[in-house]
Amino acid sequence: MSCSPEHTSIDLSKLKLLNSGGDLAEYRAKLQGDKNPDRKIVSVCTGTGCKAYKCDSLAEALRDEVCKAGLEEKVEIVATGCHGFCERGALMVIYPEEILYQKVKSENAADIVAKTLAKGEVIEELLFVDPVSGKKCTKENDIPFYKHQQQELMHGGRMLDPRKIDDYIARDGYSALVKVLGEMKGDEVIDQITKSGLRGRGGGGFPTGVKWRTCKDAPGEQRYVICNADEGDPGAYMDRSLLEGNPHLIIEGMIIGAFAIGSSQGYVYVRNEYPLAVSNLTTALEQARAMGLLGKSILGSDFSFDIKVVRGGGAFVCGESTALMASLEGYVGEPRAKHIHTVEQGLYDQPSNLNNVETWANVPLIINKGVDWFTGIGTGDVSKNPWGGSKGTKIFSLVGKVNNTGLVEVPMGATLRQIIFDIGGGIRDGKKFKGVQTGGPSGGCLPEKFLDQPVDFDELTKAGSMMGSGGMIVMDEDTCMVDFARYFLNFLRDESCGKCTTCREGLKRMWELTNDICEGRGTQKHIEKLESLAKVVMDGSLCALGQTAANPVLSTLKYYREEYEGHIERGECIGRVCKPLISFHITAECNGCNLCALNCPYDAISGEKKKGDTYKIDQDKCTKCRICYQSCKFDAIDIRTGTQG
Amino acid sequence: MQRTVDKIIDRYGAEEAELLAVLMDIQAEYNYLPRPALERVSEVMGVSRSRINYMATFFSAFSLEERGKHICTVCMGTACHVRGAPMLVEEFERILEVKAGGTTEDMQFTLETVNCVGACALGPLVIVDGEYHGNQKSAQVSRLVKKVRKADAKEGAA
Repeated sequence: MSCSPEHTSIDLSKLKLLNSGGDLAEYRAKLQGDKNPDRKIVSVCTGTGCKAYKCDSLAEALRDEVCKAGLEEKVEIVATGCHGFCERGALMVIYPEEILYQKVKSENAADIVAKTLAKGEVIEELLFVDPVSGKKCTKENDIPFYKHQQQELMHGGRMLDPRKIDDYIARDGYSALVKVLGEMKGDEVIDQITKSGLRGRGGGGFPTGVKWRTCKDAPGEQRYVICNADEGDPGAYMDRSLLEGNPHLIIEGMIIGAFAIGSSQGYVYVRNEYPLAVSNLTTALEQARAMGLLGKSILGSDFSFDIKVVRGGGAFVCGESTALMASLEGYVGEPRAKHIHTVEQGLYDQPSNLNNVETWANVPLIINKGVDWFTGIGTGDVSKNPWGGSKGTKIFSLVGKVNNTGLVEVPMGATLRQIIFDIGGGIRDGKKFKGVQTGGPSGGCLPEKFLDQPVDFDELTKAGSMMGSGGMIVMDEDTCMVDFARYFLNFLRDESCGKCTTCREGLKRMWELTNDICEGRGTQKHIEKLESLAKVVMDGSLCALGQTAANPVLSTLKYYREEYEGHIERGECIGRVCKPLISFHITAECNGCNLCALNCPYDAISGEKKKGDTYKIDQDKCTKCRICYQSCKFDAIDIRTGTQG
Repeated sequence: MQRTVDKIIDRYGAEEAELLAVLMDIQAEYNYLPRPALERVSEVMGVSRSRINYMATFFSAFSLEERGKHICTVCMGTACHVRGAPMLVEEFERILEVKAGGTTEDMQFTLETVNCVGACALGPLVIVDGEYHGNQKSAQVSRLVKKVRKADAKEGAA
């Protein structure tokens, strides 16, 4: 047999049209029976993160080596969606042993096949070494990053190729849909979702079942179900990963929702910045349609529903429901006042039910595993009031200055400390924790005293931030909180649609005020003005973008006021970020290696080679680009600020 | 150009709701939205020029000016920001001698920023012609640019 590269595109005409739930069950049994049950599965992450580490050529090289070794019957290479541990890409896991190899390159493929897959030997160099204990971890679950997670939504995607519907079906995919179509009425589905306590994962936390009920009961000729995949919060990428890695899960959730509500047309509004998600989702829809899981008379029933993919044009505000629907209609994404909610009058003035990607992904799981399973995870009590708690798991994008960055899925109610320290492995380079930013530009920054705060829809709001869609950006002592507030204001003034004066002009002025403080021109008046403007922007804006825009400023003013005052009173930026307030100096640690002088693009460093004490930085020429600081191998560059300078 | 635009419109149909998709494909085809293409869209789809311009200036995916052969994009998401993305932009600006958003005189490079591409664990992130480069430092920027220039020179020689 020749070892030719695998063709990932599937001939749609060869897919079997399924006419009933029985057909699907039969087809699944055949898929499962065709494969050697004792085979090893090598799950190679091919999410966007690992793509940067050339995972595609790794998967190809592994396939090639497996073929050359004649192991094709015994080993299956699966190019999957995101595994979550993006920090350590390219990632691969060998099942059933659960051996995890990290930072794998295609050059390692031959060794992996010859040693691990053929003989069962573990390759030590590719194992993860726990930076805290110094121990090598062979199995995925030995690694603290995975051990403390509860992957319900993400796990499925790690075992299947998102470009192959067969993989999803073989792992019980579309069985929730069969159950709904065969055994349930629309109202029963809505009741189940309501009882489960599922709340909107986009950050709003509105009970999904209640929304579905309102949509179903609203008068209208056509009802729409829409998936919000316009994941605009900077620092958050769980929706991208779900869409890329397990698109059929989202599609199945949407079909179930459409059945419950009585809709025949759905949309997925997805960011154009996510090309792989668009491509995998489009492929998945084509395959589902070819098999009769989407389109006219789904699985031979009298229920018809189809989904269209619409790419967003790169506007943050389009994550807002009315803006999103305007954009779907071919207009610019400007929000309107919500005297009447979109769930009653949305797209083309018809009842439109909009849920986030992660919310849709939960639906098939709740149908399959049951309400009790779902309410068994999380906080509070939702048996009487759907707002009474936060149930299920939540995926967070744990990024910034933390050791183990990536996507983590935990039960609602896990504490910030568990997420950042137990899973994330604490702060990088032995630095100190300064704060964590949650909830994107609408959220806030929380300092150390809140580390034991449970994370769910309600608890973080009490502390002055919010859970939001799941972005969690960790900051260390080298972060300047004034600069951080300025960053969000810059983001928001750029993304404001411009409709409301308070948001359009107010954010610009607030940015100028923080910019003055960062550049050393701040006074106490600046802080007072910031606070009063914040109130005006919040009160005077139509949509959530403006209404919550001041949160990053207000929360940093509340918890890090001394940093604002340090900038104003002492010209001091303790994060050593704000350029006008810092200066670079060479210390006694210098041994004269000359690397800094070689690398300095501005010829600002001079000295006599091998004579450390002769090196100096010319402050007039220095632009504070940090290249010397990054290139020095002896920690001999000091950044001074305020009175130190 | 007229034929190309017509083909793109045929892909989606001339309904108003498809305006965004049509404009995106034109942007992908030419790397910007050429004026004659927009005039054709207006004619075929029956949408006013002012509405098309409103769309073209509202969404950040569009550019009304011709862009360079190579696109360097620096991600400005929060995770990239705290790990030093602004310094990468400055270094690109210095090396390419162009401000963010601009195109070099020789039309070789356009420097852009984006408000997050969702590869936050790799921050700070630079995308050169669609290829992702994670965990970048200012000192690596010149190498990225050199690599592109070298590949071009090789192509030119061959």
